[in-house]
This record gives sequence, C-alpha cells and structure tokens, in this order.
Amino acid sequence: MAKLPVQFRLNGSDRAGFVDPAGNLLDLLRRGLGDFGPKYGCGQGTCGVCTVLVDGEPQLACLTLAVSCEGKQIETTSGMADGPNLHPLQQAFMDSFAAQCGFCTPGMLTAARALLAKNPNPTRDEVVEAISGNICRCTGYEPIIAAILAAAAGGAGMRRA
Amino acid sequence: MTLEMRKEIFADERDDNLNVVGKGVQRQDMPGHVTARTRFFDDHAFDGLLHLKVVRSPHHHARIRSIDVSAAERAPGVKRVLRGADVPVNKNTLLSLINFGKDDEPSLAVDKVRYKGEPVVAILADSEAQALAARKLVRIDYDLLPTVFDVEEALKPGAPVVNETYPGNYFEYHQRFDHQKLRFGDVEAAFARADHVIEHRYQMSPIEHAPTETNGTIAAPDQNGRYLVHSCAQGLFFSLDTTAKIVDVPSNRLHFVGGTVGGGFGGKVDSLTEPLSVLGAMLTGRPVRYVLDREEEMLYGSPRGAERIYVKDGLMRDGRITARYIRSYFDAGAYTRLSSYAAIKCTAHVPGPYSIPNVASDIYVAYTNRCPSTAMRGFGVTAVDFALECQMDRLAEVIDMDPVEFRILNAYRDGDMKAHRRLAKNTALIECAQVAAEKANWPISEQARRASSVTGGGGERAQIPATPVDQRGQIGRPDTRNSPATQTLPAGTTRIPLSKRPVFEGARDGRPAPVQVPRYEAPRQDASRQEPPRYDPALAPPPAPPAYQPVSAPPAPPPPAAPAQPQHGAVRFSSVFGTRRR
Repeated sequence: MAKLPVQFRLNGSDRAGFVDPAGNLLDLLRRGLGDFGPKYGCGQGTCGVCTVLVDGEPQLACLTLAVSCEGKQIETTSGMADGPNLHPLQQAFMDSFAAQCGFCTPGMLTAARALLAKNPNPTRDEVVEAISGNICRCTGYEPIIAAILAAAAGGAGMRRA
Repeated sequence: MTLEMRKEIFADERDDNLNVVGKGVQRQDMPGHVTARTRFFDDHAFDGLLHLKVVRSPHHHARIRSIDVSAAERAPGVKRVLRGADVPVNKNTLLSLINFGKDDEPSLAVDKVRYKGEPVVAILADSEAQALAARKLVRIDYDLLPTVFDVEEALKPGAPVVNETYPGNYFEYHQRFDHQKLRFGDVEAAFARADHVIEHRYQMSPIEHAPTETNGTIAAPDQNGRYLVHSCAQGLFFSLDTTAKIVDVPSNRLHFVGGTVGGGFGGKVDSLTEPLSVLGAMLTGRPVRYVLDREEEMLYGSPRGAERIYVKDGLMRDGRITARYIRSYFDAGAYTRLSSYAAIKCTAHVPGPYSIPNVASDIYVAYTNRCPSTAMRGFGVTAVDFALECQMDRLAEVIDMDPVEFRILNAYRDGDMKAHRRLAKNTALIECAQVAAEKANWPISEQARRASSVTGGGGERAQIPATPVDQRGQIGRPDTRNSPATQTLPAGTTRIPLSKRPVFEGARDGRPAPVQVPRYEAPRQDASRQEPPRYDPALAPPPAPPAYQPVSAPPAPPPPAAPAQPQHGAVRFSSVFGTRRR
C-alpha cells in the first residue's frame, strides 16, 4: 500500500514522515519519529496513556489517523519542559508524588495541561472530569488531583500551555 | 538475637537525628516520569525491528492434529515462523530454577492445547500489520477434548486430564503429596465439644492485573554474540534465567535491561514474552518486538488464581474459637507457574492472626482448562484473609458479639503457639483493632480497650497440643484419599513424621537435590512416649468425598512431660524450600 507523506509541528519543531493511510499518530510519533512520551496502553481509546495535544486539544493518538495531523501543532510531554526548567505541572507532580510506575504520567500531564490552558482555576470536580479518560492502574489518583490543583494555585494556567 | 519490632520498644531510643523518617524524600525516578524520559521496555528504537505475533488456541482443550504454516511463511513481510520444535527447551516451569515442581509448560504447544489462548505458532514479520495478516493464514486442525473448569470437578475420578505432567490434576508436592497439609491439635474433638459449628464456602474470582503497560519484550542481537533484552519483567534476573533455560544459552549471553515496569502487580513475573523474543532474534539476526495487545493481556495474561475456600469453625458461646478447619482449592489453570507456591503461602496464613487451639487445613492446587494463574499482590494470602474475615463477622453475629471485640478476644498475643508450631512474636492485632475502633468512633468495651498483645499470651497457650495424624491427602485420587487417623503425635511434637522419603524424578539433573528439598526422618522413638491410640473403625463416619470427613479418633494420650524440642526435618510452610526459617 502506498505510503502518504505527513508534515506537522511536533513540540515546536517541523517534523515529517511517511505513513500508511490507516496508520495512527501514536505509531508515527513512537516508531517513526522516536518520541516515546505518548505510550501504548490499549490501542482502543480507553486508557489515555497516548494522550497528546493536537492544536491544543487533548486527543488519543492511538485513535488519531496520522494523515489527519497534516499541518497541525502536536504537543507531547517530551516537549513540556522549557529547556531545563520543568513546567509547573511537572514540578507539582514531583512535589505531590503524583506518579508510581510512571506509565500513565505523560498522558495525565497532557490532560491536565489541556485543562489548565482553558480553565486556569479549576475546581476539584473539574480536575476529576479532565483526567477521567486517563487510567492509573496503580490507583494514585488522589496525589494526581492534588498536584493539578497545586499547579493551578501556583499559576500554571497563566503560562503557555 | 531476634529483632523486636514493636514501636514502644524503641520509644526511649527516639532522638531528633532521624534524617529520613517523617520527611518527604524525592524518588530518584520521578524526574524521568514527569519529563517522559523514563524508558519503558517499548521506548527503544531499533532499525530493522521485527514484530512477533502468536497464533493462539481457540479451544480450551484439544489435541493438535496438524499445523500448516506454509501460507503464512509465504505471506508479505514474514521473515520467520516458529513452532514448538524450534524452541530448544520447549518445556519449563518457572520454579524449576529452584528445583520446585516439574517442567510442565511449553513455550509453543506441540501435541495439545490446554487452555483457550495458549500460544501455538509465532510469526515474525517486518510490520505488526503483516504479522497479524500472516497469523490468519496459519491452519491448525484440532480434535476437541473434554474440558474441566471447576477445581473440585477436576479432582474427581474420571475428570479429563488437563496436564499430563500431573495426571491427577493436582500439583504434587515433593513428587508425593497432592496438597499442603496442616494439623495442629484435634479439630474433630473440638468441633464435637463446641457450642456452635459454622461452615461456609467462599469463592474468589480470577483477577487480571491489567497493568497499563501490557507485557512485552524487545530482544536485539548485540555485539560478541550477546542479546540485548529490554524487558517488562518484574523479576529481571528470574526472567533472564528462565529465558536462558528455554533458549538454551548461557545466561551471560543475555543482557537484560529493565527496572521500569509500567505496572506489574505480579503479572510480569511469568516471562510470557522474553523467551520467544530472544529466540526470534537468535534465528533471524534482527531485533524482535513481542508485545501483548490489550485483548491478549486481558484474556491470556495470567490472572490471580481463583480460590475456593471452605472454612469450618468451632465456636463457644463466650466467643472463643476452639477449632478451625480450612479446605481450599487453588485454581492453577492449565499449568503450574506460581500456584504451587500460592498454596504454601495459603497454608502458612491459616488460621489467620488468631489464637486457635485446634487447627487443620488441606490446600490443593488443581489444574483446569483455564488460563494459568500466577502471582498477584499477596496471592494465596489475600483470598484466605477475605474468607477468614468474612467468616469472623459471621461468627460474631452467631453469638451476638461485637465484631471488633470478637477479634480482640481471639487475637494472637505474644507467646502464643501458632498452628505452624512457632511462637507468636511482635503481635499487634489487638492494638490495631483498638486504634481502628477509636478512629472509626466504634464503641468497644472497657475490657476490650484494656486488652494488650503483650499480656495474656503464652503459658497454656504456648503448648503444642496432641495431634491426630491421618493419611488423607497423600497421593491418590480423592475417592481413596479419606483415611482414618493413623496415629496421634504427642503434645509438644514439632515434626510430622513421614514413612517414605521423597523421590526426585522431577529434579532437572535427575539426581536428588538435598540442599533444596527437605528430608523427612522417622520420628525418634521416645521411651516415655505412649503407644499411639489405635484407630477404631466403628467410630469412623461413612466416606462422603470431597466433603471434609470428621475423624473420630479416641482422645489423645495425656501430653508427656517432654517439652517441645527444636528438631530438624519438620514440615515447614514458610518458604518454597521449607528450609529458610528453620
């Protein structure tokens, strides 16, 4: 099957690849471009570990056709820090011990980032809703919710998400 | 010098120089987690990566008549197709590394499939899609065989034989015994004297660990004939040795990299993907990635084994539990994996944290045509705890006693003799119950509030009672297994004598492995010891397997004056070998 070219900005850099028409964004990012921030967990849109931002909107990379990302802005956890300086959400996750095995963390951070970009001062219920598509099988939800609220209180939403 | 752990022992030693306790210390792996720099097994790029997918059995139990892989081998992108004959050592059991149990599980099924989802053929192709497409081209003819899914059905005569390595459908402990057995005191006599005898059945379900990261491995040829293996394994060196055995290479040719596990919970100790990945890399000279998809993880990644537990208790009106008998069946599925160990842990946990003067248990590992089960978070212990604590609430209800006070009344105290013939130390259930009651605003009596783990134990409670021994549970089909008491061990006996020494047919080198396997000796004859009472057939109840058969042995002889003496050779329950905590 003929491959198709696709070009987009990934974490601020121009990137391009050739993909199967049915290929998903997750495979392109991980296997094609070497960005291992988004993870494979279920391949069917239920676990949230592949969450990335596409033009600022959280999307499940495993259910997103790679060719549909032509010309879009893709952001992943790998590009979240500003050089050596952690994003306030990253710092808050560290300070709140909001990770156990760490596998869901990139997706959680991305979902939280999308939330704070739109809603800098979310309520606890809004935080819970925002990460409701992200499964933490270590069941560390409480520290994660606390971290997102702490980051919001510290003004994380004021930065460019 | 034993280590005393109770908090108040250190009360006077506490100073302010503690530099970690009570403070938050950052985990060293946290920066990697929040920046997505942590490399899990699948977060590695390789040129020329091959993708491995396995063809799984669609049947629970079937004989393989033929396997035709010719179309799959010709499919686009396919580089290699593996069958059972390609696996150098195609029979393994995980605990064979410590000489425990017989090799019983193939990496790829050869003659027979024993559970739905069992791997039969492996396909290696340039892309995942090509491997999946070629998987559909493999033709396997099966003759269906009768199935068994229930642990007690599996142990009945005439049940389909699941796993020919264990033709009785039970794991054979030390190649001789069909279950783990515990006898302490005379439960039957105590049941006869109890005010209430209460028996309930508890059934656990299998539980899938469902780690967010599925099981998987990437194996790549490295320099100097070595193989680099990025593994999800929870026990990295355990997996390395298992892989070295199955692919038949010295372990120093395998370089396992791991330590970042995307959730394991016990489900990543079975080396489900490592051996075939390494074998694929050896045979193709290319890096091979074998990752379970979510469906495979849910349906065929080994779960926590289901347990069926019968708890029978003798209870006095004043709240004392005087006897506890537990019969439990651990569902191993089609292969042993770690279930043999689970049953040992289960036995070690009987009768729970309670001081009960008469305790007996028979814990079986049964093979069924279900997915093999494995470790998960306290496996073997959590299920029996669930059963015991449900049972405790029911007992408290029967005598109309507060459930917290009921536990405080029956809790172990320091110096009590446990059913495993060790003195209880550092007990704290009473204090836990008191604190829990206080935090929950659960009113308990002044007497229960004043109870303490450090007082009231020992003395009479430190004695090992006279213990009738029967032959039930020695190897044989369940219908022949119910036997009367053969003798009574006098009070103070720490060793259960066995008539025969174990045979070692299952040992890897075919020779006895005296270091690992406990030896059993005939009991030393003590001149002061009375002749054990003879069994009176007139008192025996009619056999009704598999229900527990009361054994009406005559009363035990009076305990001799000889104190319990530490002896070697006792049946132990504290580890796989039974030798660690002698």
